[in-house]
Amino acid sequence: MVTLTVEEIWQALEEVKDPEIPVVSLVEMGIIRRVEVSGGTIVVSMTPTFAGCPALHVMKAEVEQRLREMGAESVETKWVYSPPWTSDWIADEARAKLKAFGLAPPVKHSGDVNLILLEEAACPYCGSRNTTIKNTFGPTLCRAIYYCDDCRQPFEQFKPL
Amino acid sequence: MTPDVERAIAAQLLAMADDELILGHRDSEWTGHGPILEEDIALSNIAQDELGHAILWHNLRKEITGDEPDVVVFWRDAQAYRNVQMVELPKGDYAFTIMRQYLFDAAEMARLAQLVESRYQPMAEVAAKIRTEEIYHTRHTSTWIKRLGLGTEESHRRTQTALDELWAYALQLFVPLPEEAALVAKGVVPEAGEVQAAWEDMVVPFLKHAGLIVPRTRHPIAMSREQHTEHLTALLAEMQEVARLESPEVRW
Repeated sequence: MVTLTVEEIWQALEEVKDPEIPVVSLVEMGIIRRVEVSGGTIVVSMTPTFAGCPALHVMKAEVEQRLREMGAESVETKWVYSPPWTSDWIADEARAKLKAFGLAPPVKHSGDVNLILLEEAACPYCGSRNTTIKNTFGPTLCRAIYYCDDCRQPFEQFKPL
Repeated sequence: MTPDVERAIAAQLLAMADDELILGHRDSEWTGHGPILEEDIALSNIAQDELGHAILWHNLRKEITGDEPDVVVFWRDAQAYRNVQMVELPKGDYAFTIMRQYLFDAAEMARLAQLVESRYQPMAEVAAKIRTEEIYHTRHTSTWIKRLGLGTEESHRRTQTALDELWAYALQLFVPLPEEAALVAKGVVPEAGEVQAAWEDMVVPFLKHAGLIVPRTRHPIAMSREQHTEHLTALLAEMQEVARLESPEVRW
């Protein structure tokens, strides 16, 4: 039986990507909250972005699978809700990756998600802030749809939450 | 916690879960049938959110009762459901769907604002989680209420009709459950009257602003969540049909 250290586990989880945004990892997204090793069992605490996200099952399964590949025998994943996930936890490197992927990163809000915030999105293609929100709902729960009035491209933003 | 308190908390969780689930199901009926593509997407998103919230409440309830959410959802008949009648009504026209969603979301915001202070910690945590998502619902539905209420003669008429039909149904959201008083005394759930007052402070001025007349009735359509319309039976028949082709133990 392989004994993994907490550091090794965090490193391995860096390779588990968000199923809906495969350019960023669950660690970078702030979804993995805590890793503990106790008595040979690895316990990974995760927090959902949106409660109804259909990718939650996939995330859980992929975390477990990655750690089993590393030789872990006993892996437990659990969802925690407190504190609730906020888009502020998305790491800066991940924000750059989201942008390169064509998805505007969410505006940082320090805990105060208000409606004015939602009006603000920088076009991931040309950087313009001259953009218009078209729909607060998009192809997945975590995305809103915008239009860039400068480069005339529709684009999506990861919603501030 | 005493068994009495546990039972009362489980009843609260079931009522909230059933409201979210049945409303989410009704919203999902717009998938592929929205008046415009963007509304089709929006309602499908809202439906998915409500299902997600139902799952959260069911998972909490499972910690108390041990009941598997899938079994509770797919193997319970209409008389055992504890949702309010408003959420089971057929989806109607778009004005009706949007008005129902708006009145419900506003009530949820009012309740969650207090529930985040619940002395039952798991409930407070889930309330905080759900609250962060609801802001997107109220933004969407309130935008539409204004657009429809102040729009054409026809959109105004349909929106006013929806409000007239729904008001007494919405009031049922604030009828306390049978064992609620004990939980209010312990600080587990907020007092229904306070939630209703907060809701009215939110919706009454807004609806007037949208050119609508708020109905005068103060009487909820039903005083017990054990009473349902015939629509719930039909809804459940459709929702549960596939699951019931197999035994409850089948893993999907």
